[in-house]
Amino acid sequence: MFKRKDKKPPKATYKEVWSKGGWASKLSFFLMGVSSLKNRQWVRGIAYLAIEIAFFAWFVMNGISALSMLSNLGAIKKKQLVFDKQEGVYITKLPDNSVTILLFGVLAVLLLLGIIFLYVTNLRATKKLYIDNRDGEHVETNMEQLKSLFDSRLHTTLMTIPIIGILAFTVLPTLYMISMAFTNYDSKHSIGFSWTGFQAFGNVLSGDLAGTFFPVLGWTLVWAVCATATTFFFGVLLAMLIESKGIKFKGVWRTLFVIVYAVPQFVSLLLMAQFLDPQGPLNNILMNWGLIAHPINFIGASASPLVARITVIVVNMWIGIPVSMLVSTAIIQNLPQDQIEAARMDGANALQVFRSITFPQILFVMAPSLIQQFIGNINNFNVIYLLTGGYPMNNNYVGAGDTDLLVTWLYNLVFGQTQRYNASAVLGILIFILSAVFSLAAYRRTNAFKEG
Amino acid sequence: MKSYKVQRRLSLTFRYLLLVVLAVIWLVPILWIILASFSYNDTGFVSTFWPEKFTIQNYVGILNSSQFPFLDWMRNTFIVAVISMVLSTFVTISVAYALSRLRFRFRKPFLQIALVLGMFPGFMSMIALYYILKSFNMLNLGGLVLVYVGGAGLGFYIAKGFFDTIPRSMDEAAIIDGATRWQVFIHIGLPMSRPMIVYTALMAFIGPWIDFIFSGIILSSSGNARTYTIAYGLYNMLHSTKGSSTTYFTQFIAGCVVIAIPITILFVIMQKFYVNGITAGADKG
Repeated sequence: MFKRKDKKPPKATYKEVWSKGGWASKLSFFLMGVSSLKNRQWVRGIAYLAIEIAFFAWFVMNGISALSMLSNLGAIKKKQLVFDKQEGVYITKLPDNSVTILLFGVLAVLLLLGIIFLYVTNLRATKKLYIDNRDGEHVETNMEQLKSLFDSRLHTTLMTIPIIGILAFTVLPTLYMISMAFTNYDSKHSIGFSWTGFQAFGNVLSGDLAGTFFPVLGWTLVWAVCATATTFFFGVLLAMLIESKGIKFKGVWRTLFVIVYAVPQFVSLLLMAQFLDPQGPLNNILMNWGLIAHPINFIGASASPLVARITVIVVNMWIGIPVSMLVSTAIIQNLPQDQIEAARMDGANALQVFRSITFPQILFVMAPSLIQQFIGNINNFNVIYLLTGGYPMNNNYVGAGDTDLLVTWLYNLVFGQTQRYNASAVLGILIFILSAVFSLAAYRRTNAFKEG
Repeated sequence: MKSYKVQRRLSLTFRYLLLVVLAVIWLVPILWIILASFSYNDTGFVSTFWPEKFTIQNYVGILNSSQFPFLDWMRNTFIVAVISMVLSTFVTISVAYALSRLRFRFRKPFLQIALVLGMFPGFMSMIALYYILKSFNMLNLGGLVLVYVGGAGLGFYIAKGFFDTIPRSMDEAAIIDGATRWQVFIHIGLPMSRPMIVYTALMAFIGPWIDFIFSGIILSSSGNARTYTIAYGLYNMLHSTKGSSTTYFTQFIAGCVVIAIPITILFVIMQKFYVNGITAGADKG
């Protein structure tokens, strides 16, 4: 703690570069790359210059309009009949497409930030060139710079393409959706929508969607706790059973269980739904054995909410226990044996050893990954969507059923009939906050036992 | 002494019995899926566990179906999977290596931003991706590849965890001997991480075969069944079978079995890596 960073005064300030630098240094404040060109760093200089020219060309042609339209997301919100004086007829004017306006607006903001970042790196390079020239140090040549891309600047080479991919396919969509939460984009404003501040948050937290949000949030948390706890606990038990003394062909036993997890979920879960159907094989077997008189509605439209919820948790155990078993096997094999042997000597039985030694040790090692699993379960789309599809529907809910989680509800709000796009974006943000809180807990927990 | 032996044998028998019962419970639904794929049925529903009549017509039917171009789906998925495997592996390994072995200014910020981005539910960005691809006219298999590769940059955790375990002393020795960092990456980093590359590649390869959500959103708007990938095609098939054409249900199961078998085998082979991945992730918190 309290590490003092030795702050050396900078070799030169930008002010100095500006006032004392040559014409190239000065010009670099406006035309990126000029001082690089002057110092014969051709590739870097041309790249900077070309990027700047391309940016301004785009900015003048599209960028300015994209940014200015971002302020109101298009002037025309509704279909209008406008009298065209020149032609003397009425023509319909379609509303401005706010979806595209918002998308290109966000894209323009990102590009603007990108060029600012490049401008800063350009200034930094200019300053370095100024210092090198001033102090008579070696100035990097063009070839040296190119070679450094494979040595001291290897990270630039390796990371550029992936970062562009992340920006385009993760950052841009995420920013776009976050901004959508502050609009009134829904089925009533499906083409032209406008900024409405926190109104959509209000709808979800205290408006017409609150009656769905809080029960679904409650069930999501209950589900996440149950799903994580059951798979973990029984996974540990199964792992210990397979690892126990005398069992042969441990690998084969493990593989038998892992098969269930390895089958693609859209196959195993979609067909599980058929397996549990009132007319499906499970009910058939149970009736043939005389265990039940009438078919049970495990899932589906006419199932009772409680039965459907329990079924979902049980089916999740079917899928989740094998993974949890695999992970705890790896931990069990590395557990220190001395404590267990000491306890045995003192006459502890198997149950006591498990309860007081093995299980706490595993829990301790797995605590961070358990919180990760918990977050994964909050976002567990497949099990609910493929197995129940949210059924049975709940008439008190808007676009959700009794087994719907926040994520599947989010999906329904977009692709279902309700079409509350802004509300779905709000849900996304709320899920993010939920995950962030639990991740923070996990992070602190990890740090805690690193120090301890 | 004797009672102890008896007790031990009893305990072992009991444990074996328990394992067998559990294994049966776990595998019965899987067995039913395979049996149902061979059952003769035209009611659109398989309600018995053991088929009344066996047939391989379901397999013949799905492979020759004109309504459900299964072979086209296979081909599409295979092309997408191979291209996305090559590019994604390149992206993931590059990012993981750079973050693990190189030190640079935006390394910490990048790790933090990646952590934050990972907490947003993936579905949130789907509508946006749809519009992005639509405005660039990319609602096709090419767009799907881009989505998979674009996401690969954030899937570096497992590979990074692996690189972190390789001792750095070898790198340092090579650099002292005058190797550039690129040479270290190519001649030391990559050869030592061969199992990790195989794992990353296989995971990227499997992805398109099991993803029905992204592929559904991106490919459904074309309305042309020949352009679907296998997961979305099959998923879509079940939804249409629930309605009018229930006769195809057993064909659907047959199609599922055809693709589930290779994926299951691949996954079972890779289970060890998978565990390493989870436990490596656990350390990072």
